[in-house]
Amino acid sequence: MIYFDNAATSWPKPPEVIVAMTDLMERAGANPGRSGHRLSLEAGRIVFNAREKVAELFGIRDSSRVIFTVNGTYGINLGIKGLLRERDHVVVTSMEHNSVMRPLRHLEEMKKIKLTFVQCCRDGQLDLDVLREALEEKTVLVIVTHASNVTGGIMPVKEIGRLVRERDAVFMVDACQSAGALPIDVEEMGIDLLAFTGHKGMLGPQGVGGLYIREGIALEPLVQGGTGSNSEQEVQPDFLPDRYESGTLNTVAIAGLGAGVEYLLKVGIKKVREQENTLIRKLIRGTKQIEGIEVYGPEDTENRIAICSFRLQGKDPAQVGYLLDREFEIMCRVGLQCAPAAHRTIGTYPGGTIRFSLGYFNREEEIGAALDALGKIREMV
Amino acid sequence: MIKGEARCIITFFTVHQALRAEKVLIAEGFKISMIPVPREISSDCGIALAFACGDETRVKTVLDSNTVKTECIHHLEGKCK
Repeated sequence: MIYFDNAATSWPKPPEVIVAMTDLMERAGANPGRSGHRLSLEAGRIVFNAREKVAELFGIRDSSRVIFTVNGTYGINLGIKGLLRERDHVVVTSMEHNSVMRPLRHLEEMKKIKLTFVQCCRDGQLDLDVLREALEEKTVLVIVTHASNVTGGIMPVKEIGRLVRERDAVFMVDACQSAGALPIDVEEMGIDLLAFTGHKGMLGPQGVGGLYIREGIALEPLVQGGTGSNSEQEVQPDFLPDRYESGTLNTVAIAGLGAGVEYLLKVGIKKVREQENTLIRKLIRGTKQIEGIEVYGPEDTENRIAICSFRLQGKDPAQVGYLLDREFEIMCRVGLQCAPAAHRTIGTYPGGTIRFSLGYFNREEEIGAALDALGKIREMV
Repeated sequence: MIKGEARCIITFFTVHQALRAEKVLIAEGFKISMIPVPREISSDCGIALAFACGDETRVKTVLDSNTVKTECIHHLEGKCK
């Protein structure tokens, strides 16, 4: 069995993640921050430690500015809907996922916000000059995916951050694909809002994501409710993280995420990146030996994370995906991967692509086996 | 904390800051304990931090240098300083 669907959810997880989750359930399964007793306190410490680890991974000085949400999409929604007002101007790339596009399209309708798309090149990469031209005096927010979930292409986030800072706009980065796979430093990259999901490169389970909010950026909470603090008040507290974390957190998932990030910090993002880069380089080089394969995305693997989107000439991607699973036990994702805008940009809309997304735990021999399988499918009628 | 020694209690607006305080004070070797907020103290957060009042100045310095946000420091008589 070969798992090449890490961009959808990374699998397997480090054993430490599962241990942390079961340990919480067995030993400290109380409500964090709600009561003063020892189990509540212990659950609170587990959440606190996970928050500190996430802050460390992203170069965030004040961990109270890391907000845990139910997933990456909620984090993105909080950033977008918490910030934007009537008729605000937003600049966004043509490579964004629907988790960015759908809330923006919703606000286009509801709040008449104005959207400007930065058209990326056919390989999905961004031209900084095109972005510069799109920025207006009244631009409030710029949103960029750090790495495309379709092509794996890495955006020049640091350079974009500098441009956005000059314009005094808010810079939001969708790091759902890059967190845990690439180095991220919110200070160095000038990131104001960083949305992440826990269950991909960060090696945690599903059910937790988050948003980093730079100090000085006031977002309207999307949800109000109990926080365990300010209980005598019927209005939402103004301090973080409580302001944006109403209701009981997914403590089990956060425990797993904390262990996943701890694992990454121990191994080092540099080593993870080197390993994944070796794998993707081997895969892309191998596809060139198979006649009739078209690979999308940047040519240089230095500019991509471990994702490879491709098509087999004359074959329906859905059929290829089915055969990979049924005949070869290779799991991947086919179609549009929730990112129609990105597929329009690279010219694969509406048919989509076959996407192999690799992870730190894949092995080189799996690449060889997958290439063999593609060669065989190519010959099938 | 030595039995009979005057006890000081720090309250916080959020459990996040309470746990930050716990972390930095333990790292500095202070003897502290996390307790439910005593009933006589009205507080915003269910968890408070208790320590020997003799350490008050040094505790304050450590919390300030780590930018831990506290609500207030209560002495045994319940006054907020």
